Amino acid sequence: MLEIKKLTKKYDTNTIFRDLNLTVNDGEVLSIVGPSGIGKTTLIKILAGLETANSGHIMLNGDELPVDGTRFDAKVGLIFQDFNLFPQYTVIENITLAPINVRKTDKVVARQQANNILTTLGMLDKADLYPYQLSGGQKQRVAIARALAMNPQILAYDEPTSGLDEVATKQVGDIVQTLKGQGVTQLIITHDQTFAEMVSDRVFDFATEVQR
Amino acid sequence: MNYLMEILPSLLAGLKMTLGVFFLTIIGSVPLGIIVSLGMKSPYFTIRWIINGYIWIMRGTPLLLQLIFVYYGLGMIGITFPRFEAAVIAFIINYAAYLAEIFRGGLQSMPRGQYDAAKVLGFNKFQTFFKIILPQVIKIIVPSFGNEVINLVKDTSLVYVIGLGDILRAGNIAASRDVTLLPYLLVGLIYLLMTAIVTVALRRSEKRLNIWR
Repeated sequence: MLEIKKLTKKYDTNTIFRDLNLTVNDGEVLSIVGPSGIGKTTLIKILAGLETANSGHIMLNGDELPVDGTRFDAKVGLIFQDFNLFPQYTVIENITLAPINVRKTDKVVARQQANNILTTLGMLDKADLYPYQLSGGQKQRVAIARALAMNPQILAYDEPTSGLDEVATKQVGDIVQTLKGQGVTQLIITHDQTFAEMVSDRVFDFATEVQR
Repeated sequence: MNYLMEILPSLLAGLKMTLGVFFLTIIGSVPLGIIVSLGMKSPYFTIRWIINGYIWIMRGTPLLLQLIFVYYGLGMIGITFPRFEAAVIAFIINYAAYLAEIFRGGLQSMPRGQYDAAKVLGFNKFQTFFKIILPQVIKIIVPSFGNEVINLVKDTSLVYVIGLGDILRAGNIAASRDVTLLPYLLVGLIYLLMTAIVTVALRRSEKRLNIWR
């Protein structure tokens, strides 16, 4: 379970959000909606340890995640808006690089796990391609697979439907549902209200439910 | 033809010296250049200040002058190196400065997202640099790196100034002894051969790196 308590983020005198409280239950899919530039991505970056917060607490399954920028772990899996795949590695290498180097997983085991994830996402036949050879939707699935390979306790998506066509958007929705079926806790940042209502158990409106 | 065969042994002896300076400079200046380029981004003002001063001197004065300083200048204040070592040291610190600037350009062109992606996957700074950033920087800088390598092939001829016998000096001696330009012609051909080899090697590595974009 993810619990965000009284989280505050300011840039100088500009308050992005104040005393934000938010809970995501295990296995739940929560969408955070709101127009762009409102601070949704800032929140997800703090959650992933890429940004610092001014005050507040983040608890993930009972452990406190520091919000002061001192984190170096993979407890929160993040799917970036522009995916940020590593261009010099093939799909399978992108997925196994962190398990092998960070978790010290055996190469054969890591590969097997990656293959399982790729099978779930319908991408097994793309395992040996390089990122530039993939479409946007395929890149996104690799990004999801790469995050999942580290067994994160929660998976967070930053604008997963931006730049995708209708078919690819529906596929993302299907993946979210498949992962939900496997018990993965998911947090989705999106400005796409329709998509949010379609895939999530609960929608959090960042424009109206947040103090500034 | 007979004459060329006659002077070839002395030219080849000079070539050995040229190649020695060339390879040792590459081996020494690449890692030093990487370290210097990372130092340019240091949070400590003093380190950045020292490095900028070093690069300014290395790029702002002739390599010929630097050779003289390392050999004769340092000798005057009691730091003496044999001629060959002095030449290699001067070349390494000079080329490291140029390479550092090239690496810096490559590092600056890396998108922030690559660092972010590495961080959320739990990579430490060391792994992020060597596994994720460096391979991409290498691909970006191969063409400008190649330029420097070719310059180095020709710059090695400057070692004559501290009395080392490289290939150009060997040609020079033969030319003035026998009053003919033929040795110079042969020396020119050997330089062309060396730069051709470097060019082919660089093309190949560029091609290998082009399997990903």
